[in-house]
Amino acid sequence: MPEPKYLLFLGCVIPYRLSSYEISARKILGKLGVELVEMPEFNCCGFPMDPINHYLMLTLAARNLCLAEKQNLNILTLCNGCFSILNETNKMLKEDKKLREKVNGYLKEIGMEFKGTIGVKHLVHVLSEDVGFEKVKDAVKKPLTNLRVAQHSGCHIVRPAKYVDHGDDPENPTMLKNLIRLTGAECLDYMDETECCGNPIIGVNEEVPFQMAKEKLDHVRAVKAQALITVCPFCHMMYDLNQPRIERAFNEKFGIPVLHYPQLLGLAMGFTPEELALNELRVKPSELLSRTQQEDS
Amino acid sequence: MSEKQEYVPSVIKAEEMNPKFKYEISKMHGAEKLMLCFQCGTCTADCPISRFSDLYRPRKIARMVQLGLKDRLLSDDALWLCSTCFTCVDHCPQNVEIAGIVRVLRNLTIKERGVMPLVFKELASNILKAGYVYEIPESRHKKRTEQGLPQLPKPNLEDVAKIFEVTGSSKILENVKTFEKVKS
Repeated sequence: MPEPKYLLFLGCVIPYRLSSYEISARKILGKLGVELVEMPEFNCCGFPMDPINHYLMLTLAARNLCLAEKQNLNILTLCNGCFSILNETNKMLKEDKKLREKVNGYLKEIGMEFKGTIGVKHLVHVLSEDVGFEKVKDAVKKPLTNLRVAQHSGCHIVRPAKYVDHGDDPENPTMLKNLIRLTGAECLDYMDETECCGNPIIGVNEEVPFQMAKEKLDHVRAVKAQALITVCPFCHMMYDLNQPRIERAFNEKFGIPVLHYPQLLGLAMGFTPEELALNELRVKPSELLSRTQQEDS
Repeated sequence: MSEKQEYVPSVIKAEEMNPKFKYEISKMHGAEKLMLCFQCGTCTADCPISRFSDLYRPRKIARMVQLGLKDRLLSDDALWLCSTCFTCVDHCPQNVEIAGIVRVLRNLTIKERGVMPLVFKELASNILKAGYVYEIPESRHKKRTEQGLPQLPKPNLEDVAKIFEVTGSSKILENVKTFEKVKS
């Protein structure tokens, strides 16, 4: 089987403020033999423009899809939002002739045409389906058997279910859990695991997302998880970047490190914390790192 | 936005109802199944926003659209509280895409009333300037090189501007008024 090759769609949030996710993802994918091709001239996936004009969102997304079609490569995203919008637009335009004609009318103005020849996957799908559990397991050199973590897959990687066909159950997603278990860490169940992070509305209202995130952190703390693992920059910002603000707002102290999944897997594969940009996290994972280092001795 | 929420009449007057509104909305992409809603309330019961907000109720929104309460809907701040988690879409026994209906109402509010939350206007103007929703500062580009990351590709701003223009979005954004936050 040839090595998997993907066009990397970075999106906006990751290059703007979460390079730790990009750095760690590139590290692990390189080692696992996934070839990444840089995507030329891409634009915002379109997600934040849907509230303004649905056809603006569809056309921005479709332009990105056309760029991938030109290179005849499937897209890999690191962000749940980008995955959702590109995958959904791809599916809708493939299935709905009327919609495709309308969007192609707009694309014609920039000399492009959506043909529907490529696919879109999230990092989690590429690791589970293309790399495969066996290969990921084989790459684990330092199993994190001292760690007990919890996961938050996020919404847009599983919903709306009718557009996502990777076999994960939106009511009880297990794909990320299984990937976490391959690192040797224990993945704990907790209350309301599928609850949304709330980040998409933080620009119009902070009270509700803060309460949602606070409740999530409460539930993660209740099972004594030593870290929360995410695969989306929006969810990550909500729980890591905003954690000190949530602590102040509710007069609480959580101190729960939030790692991007590739950082967790990277540690298990033997990369150093520096190589995985763990120092860039807002909530410092020092206690967690001392646990992983205990395993060395 | 406070003046809008001060007085909401509890009694619906017949003249408030626009019987054609439901058909208008049902024609929009994503809201086609509006009339299948039989008000079971699963969407509101399972909505993570409704748990923490006194104002956002997806079932109520669906019913208001069916009744044709257009003016009330398009001036309802609660429309901006949907976080698009799509739990309502996946749980609806009638396959009504509630989140799609809310999005249609947001689009319509901006188009017909010319108002929108400031944040979306800022994101839109960033996309027009940079291709991304953020203008990535020079320091970030420099740091990428230091971190051994490849340079970000140059965006094609001509294409992006053209897309805004041909989809009618530039015109919508030109004269739109903005508001900052909404109550929950």
